[in-house]
Amino acid sequence: MYCNQRPEKPGNKKEFLEKITNMARANSLWVTAYGTGCGAIELRPLHTSRFDMERFGIAMRPTPRQADVLIISGYLATKTLKRVIRVYEQIQDPKYIVALGSCTINGGMYFDSYNTLNVLDKYLPVDVYVMGCMPRPEAIIDGFSLLMEKIKDGRAQGWKHYKENLDYYRENQKKIITDWDLPDYNW
Amino acid sequence: MLANFTSIALTIVGALTWGLLLGGISRSVTARIHGRMGPRITQNFIDLWKLFRKTSSIHHGGMFWMAPMFRITGAICVLIMVPLVIGQSITYNMSFAGDVFLLIYIMFFGCLGMALGAGNSGHPYAVIAVSRGLAQMSSYELSFSIAVVAIAVGLHTFKIEGIVAAQQAGITSWNVFRFPFASAGALLAFLPMQMAYPFGIVLAPQEIPIGPPTEYSSRMLSFMFSGRAVFGVAKLLLFVSLLFGGASSWLGLFVKTFLLYMYPVVVSSVFPRFRTEQSIRFLWFIPTTLAIVDLVRVML
Repeated sequence: MYCNQRPEKPGNKKEFLEKITNMARANSLWVTAYGTGCGAIELRPLHTSRFDMERFGIAMRPTPRQADVLIISGYLATKTLKRVIRVYEQIQDPKYIVALGSCTINGGMYFDSYNTLNVLDKYLPVDVYVMGCMPRPEAIIDGFSLLMEKIKDGRAQGWKHYKENLDYYRENQKKIITDWDLPDYNW
Repeated sequence: MLANFTSIALTIVGALTWGLLLGGISRSVTARIHGRMGPRITQNFIDLWKLFRKTSSIHHGGMFWMAPMFRITGAICVLIMVPLVIGQSITYNMSFAGDVFLLIYIMFFGCLGMALGAGNSGHPYAVIAVSRGLAQMSSYELSFSIAVVAIAVGLHTFKIEGIVAAQQAGITSWNVFRFPFASAGALLAFLPMQMAYPFGIVLAPQEIPIGPPTEYSSRMLSFMFSGRAVFGVAKLLLFVSLLFGGASSWLGLFVKTFLLYMYPVVVSSVFPRFRTEQSIRFLWFIPTTLAIVDLVRVML
């Protein structure tokens, strides 16, 4: 079911309550189980016994409706972008994006590929980048720690930026997705 | 009257807290069995608060909104109809209002509401999970009901207070020893009630990820989590009253419910999952037969 209205601009909430809630948000990050690139292979050791991300309150959710975090795990093909947009917009606010690997920053080894995006930030609001090719679970945990700090401080505002600058993101997305058949508002 | 209301309100808050804490402990225990450290035991409280404060713009129709309310209402009704501590009449809450049959009926009220809500969400996984859940529910309900009837007929009372009172002559008077077959049947039916493996075909993460609540999020999901926590404690209290002699003190209540809660957690950690038809076949034959053996015994 789609929405036919532009997203509402998020208002300012009570500061004290937001501080407490941000603590809870930082310690309860639910990740959409969706791997876009080769980096998804590094998420398996992360959520099994060796690295055990559940000790930080991070858990995988099989549906975007219940998730908080979307991990773009490596190169993002132009075909995948449409699905990623759909998944991201189905996640309810507040939501965060963690981008793994060099490919999401500048294309990495696929910098001159015809079917891979080079700069992810133009299409979706990234909150934390984790460098490496591919980043090992230790690096991903480090990235999550950074995200937690940003959430606690109230600085992880990518989702607000996306709503406020929807026209900019849509324009860039439609340049890549030539057969755009998504509804304009997926909230 | 005011004391009654206060007692009911405290029971609900206490059950929610104890249910969430038990959930956190079970996550830690499962993690240790996996060789992991696991989350902190207060993790469920953090998750609940986060979900409660998350915004939502999902709408799938009226029943979709009402399902979590149905669930939480069913859970609270069961909770307040089971006496807590023997001898402290204030903790009996509304247990005068009905007998075990009414309780069995209300226990499935929340599940049926949830089934309608999940069906209204229109997600195919939710619908598959609902059909599985209802099929399995009709299977374990049978063995559980026969076990309860066997105990009630044996003790000549359908009132929970009466069943608890009949077990106060020492450990050997507990129904789990007086009606061993019916108790075994009821305890086997307890596993699918708690959605524990090998009967975890409703949530089935590898096939129909998360099942009925697929489309639920934010505040709706937090209500469902709360309902599940309260309902879990209500079921524990019911089983403690029916089979384990009730609780004569608060400490006894916590110890008994804790140990009973750990039983499906431990079983769940070491078993793989049945397929739907295996689960239903098992529940129709083994626990039901066990319960019938004791029913025939008390009838003769």
